[in-house]
Amino acid sequence: MNQLMTNDNAQPRHGSAIRRLFLMALLLVPALAVSMPASAREVTFSAELKPYYGDGAYLALYVTDDKGQYQGTLWVAGGKSKYYRHLRQWARGSNLSRSEYDGLTGASVQSGRTLNVTVDLADKLFDGGYQVRIDSAVEDLRDAPSDVVVPLTRDGAGTPVSGRGYVKSLRYDFK
Amino acid sequence: MLRKLHSIPGLVVGIFAIVLAISGAIMAIHPVLERSQAVVPPAGELSVAQLADRIVSHYPGTEQIKRTPSGSVIAYYTNDGSTGAALINPTTGNAIAPYEPSRFFRWVKDLHRSLMLGDAGRGTVGIAAALMSIVCLSGLLFLVRRQGGWRNLAKPLKGTLAQRVHTQIGRITVVVLLLSALSGTYMSATRFGLLPDASLKEPPFPTVNHDAPRAPVGDLKALRSVDLAQLQELVFPFPDDPQDVYSLRTTRGAGFVDPVTGDLLSFTPCPMPSGVYGLIYQLHTGEGLWWLAIILGIGALGVPALSMTGTVIWWRRRRSAPKSVGYSREDADTVILVGSEGNTTWGFAEALTTALIDSGSRVHLAAMNSLARSYPRARRMIVLTATYGEGDAPASASGFLDRLERMSDDLNLPYAVLGFGDRQFPAFCGFAKDVEHALARKGWPRLIAAEWIDRKNSQVFNRWSRRLGESMGIELSVNHTPERPATQPMTLLDRESYGEPDSPIFVLRFRPSESDMKNSRDTETRPFEAGDLIGILPPGSETPRFYSLASSSEDGVAEICVRKHQGGLCSTHLQQLKPGEEIQAFIQPNPDFRPTTGGSPVVLIGAGTGIGPLAGFIRKNGARKPMYLYWGGRNPNSDFLYRDVLTRCLEDKRLSELNTAFSRVEQGHYVQDRLRADASRLRQVINNGGQVLVCGGRDMAQGVMTALDEILAPLKLDVSALRAEGRYLEDVY
Repeated sequence: MNQLMTNDNAQPRHGSAIRRLFLMALLLVPALAVSMPASAREVTFSAELKPYYGDGAYLALYVTDDKGQYQGTLWVAGGKSKYYRHLRQWARGSNLSRSEYDGLTGASVQSGRTLNVTVDLADKLFDGGYQVRIDSAVEDLRDAPSDVVVPLTRDGAGTPVSGRGYVKSLRYDFK
Repeated sequence: MLRKLHSIPGLVVGIFAIVLAISGAIMAIHPVLERSQAVVPPAGELSVAQLADRIVSHYPGTEQIKRTPSGSVIAYYTNDGSTGAALINPTTGNAIAPYEPSRFFRWVKDLHRSLMLGDAGRGTVGIAAALMSIVCLSGLLFLVRRQGGWRNLAKPLKGTLAQRVHTQIGRITVVVLLLSALSGTYMSATRFGLLPDASLKEPPFPTVNHDAPRAPVGDLKALRSVDLAQLQELVFPFPDDPQDVYSLRTTRGAGFVDPVTGDLLSFTPCPMPSGVYGLIYQLHTGEGLWWLAIILGIGALGVPALSMTGTVIWWRRRRSAPKSVGYSREDADTVILVGSEGNTTWGFAEALTTALIDSGSRVHLAAMNSLARSYPRARRMIVLTATYGEGDAPASASGFLDRLERMSDDLNLPYAVLGFGDRQFPAFCGFAKDVEHALARKGWPRLIAAEWIDRKNSQVFNRWSRRLGESMGIELSVNHTPERPATQPMTLLDRESYGEPDSPIFVLRFRPSESDMKNSRDTETRPFEAGDLIGILPPGSETPRFYSLASSSEDGVAEICVRKHQGGLCSTHLQQLKPGEEIQAFIQPNPDFRPTTGGSPVVLIGAGTGIGPLAGFIRKNGARKPMYLYWGGRNPNSDFLYRDVLTRCLEDKRLSELNTAFSRVEQGHYVQDRLRADASRLRQVINNGGQVLVCGGRDMAQGVMTALDEILAPLKLDVSALRAEGRYLEDVY
């Protein structure tokens, strides 16, 4: 469930600070990472789920500003896009437009398991008032918008933050 | 073809069908349970705004309100950073109970839709559902054909116990099972994208930008105009996000509500396909239709029994399937053709084939449908055929008459026809008679006269075979007894003698031999009822003779009533049998000849030794249902069988009326005369749902039938109508 991502532009533009470029290239040829803009860094997010009784959870991992305004999608776990509306905050921010999550989806995450997502984030996102959030939902159970909210700071790396829904904790680490 | 289309998918899907049906039946309880716990105010009484207002007053951190199709209202809320859910009483807004979806039903649901195997399991289940649809459809069509048309679908069933149980459960549940299977197939096909995904497309989120504070949820006009009964889901806006809105889903569509102005924004009505999917989903699950859920659940419970009896039927057919014997079409001098739905007729045909080959004939044995244009060396053709439904051809003979038309005119084959059937059906041996006529029209010479065999009667078959042998100038001895069980020794306990010297009658009582019971438990007599048959093998014969039992296994004895026939091998043997001596015998069930359960009146008609099973029914009439006996004998001084028993039963009301007719006395008359004299009484009994059971010789049965047809004419009824309803049963010999 690892995924590489980079951004080419430190300048936020129309609420989208993150661009998915070089995606495949980075996956296949790690050497290319050298050519990556110096203003980005590789970050791994680990979201551990609580044990609960139900099917795999749908999760949306995305970036917002400090007011909770959607900025961009990092990852969506869950195969059926018709259920994405249950990831409500993210759904509203991304307007569920395909271009926002194309190529950034994977399987749903089972109870008690951990989702690891590795992305390249612009330096400027850290200590810039940005947050990473997870919306979660499980079939026949409640939806949990903003299940967990983690401010992006340089010092915050390695510190797990508890969720209120299905997410037990979310942490991020620099490489 | 239809049978294969039924049995092959049925066998493939068998174990899956049982799992799906049992889990489905359990799930059917869910809507019923859910409905029983919910408080559901009448439609039009409560708006979504009122409901939300009440809930928010108890749970300020409400995030989402759901209404299930069964009418349960569930509120999801956050309180001090922890989440909760409650089942709500909509009239108060209070919690009925904390809400937690049942783990058990969750588990059963997983089993039902994916066998706990994820997408692979879902695919398997989808294929199983499709196969089950085929099994239901082919089964229904097969039953219709077997019963002789849609009109006869509800009529009494024939066949072995397994066949009757299978078809009885099948015809009751087929509509429900077809509904479940087809809707399940549709849902699975949608899930895997084989059919267009019909789910409602989310309308785009609207942009609102207010600095004004949000209005209380109870004041929002868009929510005030939606009745609770239409609600599916209401999601509250995120408290910290001024641009967020309410999301609303109703039975009519989806949209948003401005939290400040209360306006309805970008509402999208449900598209047609979404409504169709919703309906099919509801028909499959019974969600929101608890009564349908009960019907679906009960229907599903029929599946394990159907699956198991179906397998038994298939296995029995397979085990007794015809083996290929004989010569090729080109070499054969004798062609035997078989038309059969079951395998009974094949059994007779094989025995005949073996005997003919043993006596030097080159026999080609084949199904009637494989009739060829010519048989170069053939000198005779023998057709053995059953009849299907109302005089139709059995499956393996469906094309025979057409093929016969096209046969070479040069051929001039002497032929013989043997029909197999059951005289209880109006079209007894109907197809065999058609074949006989068609062959006669061909102008071919008849080898021997056609014979019609009633209910696998092996004695008649053996007699016919002897005549066939005579016509060929050989001594042909065919002894074939279909499915004859192992015999066991039985000891004669005692005997009573009746009748006149020229035609003695005796009542014999047997008990399984003690030596035998000590040796083996396996040979214990199987349970039997009055009306069942006992097959007795006279010494030196392989062919059993059948007698109707006048007692049941509970009585501890097997009692029969036998008239000695001139030269009869078995009856002569029985006449000379002394108490303490043994016979070889076996029990053969005859479940088609029995009074129905329940309180309907029963008319018992018989003559001579036919009294045996009838007296047995009367003795067993502990429930004192009205029973009227009409019985004909010769002379009350010589052959009034069961006189004492019947008198006792009259006294204690097990028998309501005893009507006798004696033929060899002054002004003698027959039992049918007695019936005519009692015509108005009989009409009354039949009008009250009465049932008629006839036991005795063929001539008497014919006379009784004619008399009853006359008696019933004013009711616009006749014997064949009663027979079709299972109210006229015969045991005739």
